[in-house]
Amino acid sequence: MSTISRDEVARVAALARIDLRPEEVDRLAGELDVIVESIAKVNEVATPDVPATSHPLPLTNVFREDVPEPALPVADVLASAPAAEDGRFAVPQILGEE
Amino acid sequence: MSVQGTALVDYADAVKRYDPVLGIEVHVELGTRTKMFDAAEASFGAEPNSQTTPVSLGLPGALPVVNGKAVEYAIRIGLALNCEIAEYCRFARKNYFYPDVPKNFQTSQYDEPIAYDGWVDVELEDGTVFRVEIERAHMEEDAGKNTHVGGATGRIHGAEYSLVDYNRAGIPLVEIVTRPIEGAGERAPEVARAYVQTLRDIFRALDVSEARMERGNVRADVNVSLRPTPESPLGTRTETKNVNSFRSVERAVRYEISRQAAVLDAGATVVQETRHFHEDTGSTSSGRVKSDAEDYRYFPEPDLVPLTPSREWVEEIRASLPELPAARRRRLQGEWGYADAEMRDVVNAGALDLIEATVAGGASPAAARKWWMGELARYAKQTETALTEVAITPAQIAQLQSLVDSGRINDKLARQVLEGVLAGEGDPEQVVTARGLEIVSDDGALLAAVDEALAAQPDVVEKVRAGNQGPVGAIIGAVMKATKGQADAKRVRELVLERIGS
Repeated sequence: MSTISRDEVARVAALARIDLRPEEVDRLAGELDVIVESIAKVNEVATPDVPATSHPLPLTNVFREDVPEPALPVADVLASAPAAEDGRFAVPQILGEE
Repeated sequence: MSVQGTALVDYADAVKRYDPVLGIEVHVELGTRTKMFDAAEASFGAEPNSQTTPVSLGLPGALPVVNGKAVEYAIRIGLALNCEIAEYCRFARKNYFYPDVPKNFQTSQYDEPIAYDGWVDVELEDGTVFRVEIERAHMEEDAGKNTHVGGATGRIHGAEYSLVDYNRAGIPLVEIVTRPIEGAGERAPEVARAYVQTLRDIFRALDVSEARMERGNVRADVNVSLRPTPESPLGTRTETKNVNSFRSVERAVRYEISRQAAVLDAGATVVQETRHFHEDTGSTSSGRVKSDAEDYRYFPEPDLVPLTPSREWVEEIRASLPELPAARRRRLQGEWGYADAEMRDVVNAGALDLIEATVAGGASPAAARKWWMGELARYAKQTETALTEVAITPAQIAQLQSLVDSGRINDKLARQVLEGVLAGEGDPEQVVTARGLEIVSDDGALLAAVDEALAAQPDVVEKVRAGNQGPVGAIIGAVMKATKGQADAKRVRELVLERIGS
């Protein structure tokens, strides 16, 4: 029984700006289903006293001192710009809002 | 979309028939030296794209590291707003695509803000105190800055392309979110304005941000909804984004109340959407409709480990908090003995710091208030400058007052001295010397003027000798005139009577 619908795959793909063909949506719905089910097995062994975790390392509060370090040279920064003007990245007209 | 075509209900009428509810999100850029997740400098006004690293550009493989100072500042803000500080919290990715967000996500906090459940008391101009409840304050990073090129008005629609500067991308932000602000009624616009102003003052007092509105250090998103009565469920809200001055906050709320009332009056429903505020007209226009596209697919940031601010650290920060603006106002009012109304006028005139410095310079609180709220406030108004911009320092006012207190000048002369200082002639002492304004206390010089006046008015002398002291004022007046107001009138009177009596 599939828990991930085609619609969900299509919606998430659209949110992530991934252009999928219909057959890819079908295939991914099945594959994602297997992944979600596999991960769901964790729920079966995790008792309520096991906290949800997002990070495997037993570390917290890793901080950096507030001390500046050299920035990238502007020329290097702009080298990866598709187009540049006045030291800034030129990007296509933005529809929408600030 | 057309602003001209928007129906509005008269504001007074709108708030008579609808109960407004507000929600305000304030973003403050922290004044750290470096960015939130990398060591690029976070200063203002540098050459475009000269303050970036692989992290702030979102280059592949770059790894963020949290700026500890920014966390401390966020905790300071949380504590100043009477919040709880989380014992455990994480960063989260907020995924969306926009050119000023080079990583295609903003590193923010989602369901685990560093501070939550607080409140702040907001004082309105007439002294009414309104409590605003804070839902949360969370840490995140700023986006880059877009400049739109080719559009007629510089706004986005009609722009042919945009230029992006990533210097601002990654500067630490704290976003403060209120609970629904209810019960403000017709004063809702004023409450909104005072709330943002109160936060700005707190940020400055805490020294966590320069908090300069004109630089966008503090930005507000203002949510407004209307309901028929305070008992009704909450109405549909709109969110007016990026309102960046106190006055604009007030105007945006006022406009939305009038506009939404017209929509509801027409039997239509308010569309849940973001709106843009227009400085020139004081109006708002439709932005984008809140929809599915609002799904940010938040998830915990895998590249950053959780934060667990120790209780010791939190208490250490709490103990180091400076006196906050409201407490300072209360203390100073007590020390100075000002009446409530006097204190309010001082605060509203922006004269608090000036008077405090003048008192520190040795003047009495009453004298300091008299100068700043009297002569100087009038001068500022006449010249259309802010009181703080008037070309005289609190130290100079203190010196001027000490000249009066020591009897070297009187009030009348003091005003001339003030004129001289404002005209750039130097400190009060220098003006007194240069203009020769000191009171003539040398009896010899005075006696000459007295004798001259007596000789000129023998009839008055006769009358006084006969026991009628009434006309003696004419003699004193003549002496004062002869000494250009620089004589001590009391001493002149004594001398006149002595001379006549002898």
